[in-house]
Amino acid sequence: MDLDIRKENKKDFSILYVGGEIDAYTAPQLKEELLPMTENEGDKILVDLKGVDYIDSTGLGIFIGALKSAKSHNSTIELTGLNSRVKRLFSITGLDEVINIDNEKREEAK
Amino acid sequence: MTDSFSCIQNQYKEILKQYLEDKNEIGLYQAQQFSKKVLEHQISPEETLSFHLDAIEEFFPDIPHSLRDSFDFLLEVMMGYGMAYRAHQSLRDKQKELEAEINVAASMQQTFLPEEIPQVDSLDIGVISVPASKMSGDYYHFIRDENDCIGVAIADIIGKGIPAALCMSMIKYAMDSLPEQRLQPGALLENLNRVVEQNVASNMFITMMYGSYDPHVHHFYYSGAGHEPGFYYSQKEDTFEELYAKGLVLGIKRHTKFREYHKQVEPGDFVVLLSDGVTECRTEEGFIEREELIELIRKYKELPAQEIVEKVFYELERLQDFQLRDDFSLIILRRKV
Repeated sequence: MDLDIRKENKKDFSILYVGGEIDAYTAPQLKEELLPMTENEGDKILVDLKGVDYIDSTGLGIFIGALKSAKSHNSTIELTGLNSRVKRLFSITGLDEVINIDNEKREEAK
Repeated sequence: MTDSFSCIQNQYKEILKQYLEDKNEIGLYQAQQFSKKVLEHQISPEETLSFHLDAIEEFFPDIPHSLRDSFDFLLEVMMGYGMAYRAHQSLRDKQKELEAEINVAASMQQTFLPEEIPQVDSLDIGVISVPASKMSGDYYHFIRDENDCIGVAIADIIGKGIPAALCMSMIKYAMDSLPEQRLQPGALLENLNRVVEQNVASNMFITMMYGSYDPHVHHFYYSGAGHEPGFYYSQKEDTFEELYAKGLVLGIKRHTKFREYHKQVEPGDFVVLLSDGVTECRTEEGFIEREELIELIRKYKELPAQEIVEKVFYELERLQDFQLRDDFSLIILRRKV
């Protein structure tokens, strides 16, 4: 099953709307869209995951790759619209400490 | 080869001749048998067609020119078909080769996993680890140090199959090259993280939970690197609680610290460690809830640890119609006395 991906360019940032299940089969599709976006110096990228009900570890890997690429290109990436299952995954893996999620600093014990 | 080729050509001529004379079922049956033979000898469709043309020319020397030419035309058409058939053949051979290689790799991977579970008087240990396909991305390991402390590691490598298996060999060797003396879980993960961070692609990572059980004081020390939380069962309270150790997955940030947690383990208490293949078990009604998993473990909790893990695996496998979607690993350590 394919992901439903849509890109929108706002004035100072771009949004990537993603829908579907991000797993080993669909992850390459997300990578193809997301990675080039992080390569534009200084860009701000918001990834809206409202339409995503499941992410597996391969999917998480895409976000990590994107984060590393953003760092080396001085762009920023932020995630929003995570459902509770997806949020839990980012929290368990500790990735919520390295990726901006909903732009709020988490106060959980480190 | 040339011998059998002309032999087959002659055979074709014979059965065709016989069929043209008798025109009965036996002739057709022989044609069917013959087609099996051409497949077996990898004779292409256009070659078979040329057998036909040769035979016809021999039987009917005054066949009209245009009919003869039409066969050449048909031969040309069949050529593409023959090429596709040969490509298919060579792909099939390649696939067999690959499968054989994967089988070798899979059996080699099995040797990465401990052959036996350490035997300790005070602990009852059960382990099950089943890959979704041939190669596994789940890893577990036991270490017994000179003080009789039992170290247990469970790790899940991103993805499945061959890439995960390759990465797993790195973890295995990194674990084996750790210093001999007992390492605290936090320090062990810090060591491993450095190795992984330097050696994996940017979108790879590994989650791991490492625990060390000290049978002298019955303490379980543990740290986690983004690994799926396990459970702790307290016999006195008859409750399951989440066993979670917060920490970033391995392979992301070079200098990551891992907090160490510990539990005082009472007789009858047990620790459940698992991979996300257990909790991401998907049935028709969606993912199983952790509560359902707890109920499953509770149902068998009086059994020996090995039987619990096997029973739980069997039930979850059945719920998924015996089709694992992800590698499945479940470990139970119970304090006996």
